[in-house]
Amino acid sequence: MEKKTGTPSLEAVDLHCVRGERRLFGALSFTLRGGELLRIAGDNGSGKTSLLRIACGLLEATSGEVFWAGEDIRRLHEEFWRQLVYIGHANAIKDDLTAAENLHVACTLAGVRTQPARISEALRLLGLAGCGHLPARALSQGQRRRTALARLALSEAMPLWILDEPFAALDAVAVEQVQNLIAEHLSRGAAVILTTHLEAKITASAVRRIDLEAT
Amino acid sequence: MLAALRCVIHRDLLLAARRSSDVLTVLLFFVIVVSLFPLGVGPDPALLRTIAPGVIWVAALLASMLALHRMFASDHADGTLEQILLGATPLGMTVAAKILAHWLISGLPLVLISPVLALQFDFPRERLGVLILSLALGTPVLSLIGAIGAALTLGLRGGGALLSLLILPLYVPVLIIGAGAAEAAVSGLGGQAQLLLLGALLVFAWAFAPWAAAVALRISTE
Repeated sequence: MEKKTGTPSLEAVDLHCVRGERRLFGALSFTLRGGELLRIAGDNGSGKTSLLRIACGLLEATSGEVFWAGEDIRRLHEEFWRQLVYIGHANAIKDDLTAAENLHVACTLAGVRTQPARISEALRLLGLAGCGHLPARALSQGQRRRTALARLALSEAMPLWILDEPFAALDAVAVEQVQNLIAEHLSRGAAVILTTHLEAKITASAVRRIDLEAT
Repeated sequence: MLAALRCVIHRDLLLAARRSSDVLTVLLFFVIVVSLFPLGVGPDPALLRTIAPGVIWVAALLASMLALHRMFASDHADGTLEQILLGATPLGMTVAAKILAHWLISGLPLVLISPVLALQFDFPRERLGVLILSLALGTPVLSLIGAIGAALTLGLRGGGALLSLLILPLYVPVLIIGAGAAEAAVSGLGGQAQLLLLGALLVFAWAFAPWAAAVALRISTE
């Protein structure tokens, strides 16, 4: 698996983002190495989600580039995405599928092989024991978020996690559980980017912070 | 990679099975439109035989258009599309799997029920094979071309009307060739030439449409 030294770094160079008429941020640069946590702060509408979408290649920056292990992510395509977990605002949960089926689909699409036992283990870890066979329609908003985040427990091998408001709709216990997952992942030498309104209590060798108002 | 493609197809079929009303709407639309013609035109067998290929083909075209907007819309709404875009499999392959699943759900039932409907038009029974084959080759082409339009108009307000306008001109050749094959069969000419053309169209569409739809998806989700 990835060792601390082997984890590639994510490097953003001089990113500018203009959505519609509005300039969200400009001249933004950062480098994220293995074991580091990057927290993006900012008010609603300050461009946090846009920055995350640019970092994972869903959105094209108005100008600037993002490099993964020294290569432009626009050239890497699947090679980059195979090493990335992105959990966005939307949970990507299908109402008509059960929690376990949803998790299986999400992992398979990302190229992670899973066994049913590991899926129920991941659901149990997020406090969804016994909910695996329920259709997602029957789950509460917080439980859906937990289902989406249960993917993290199955993605230890992915060297980069990008999480958009992971703690939204979660209760205190689940927040702590997810924070533990993130801290564990960081200690394995992987990199994590997240946006949150909470002051996250995550232990990491290096926590960095970008304030979008300030740029 | 194959696991991911199988997973996409399996998931879409499972979703369709759990929400069977969507599938039935398309099928029912096809059955109703085709069945109304003999009632409206009158019971003259010669006339019915003449219009049968055209009516069945036009109804199949409209029915498959009815189902088109659903191809990516629900995945777009709940965020699954983002995960597909960031998947480990090349997007064109995943889109091809989605199109195949979409055809199995919305196109194949039309093909299977068409011989029953053709009987209402006194369609010569020994020529039914050509009609079925023309639909079996033609409806996947409709799904493939439609996927490009569905991807381009994703998330637009009033996308449905725009989708029809975009796609209809591209559907016309398929309609002409497909209905032509069935017509040639009725008049005793065989229709092999048209079927070969449809087959060529299908191969061509399979090779290019998924990639075009993939590019369109990337553009419309930005």
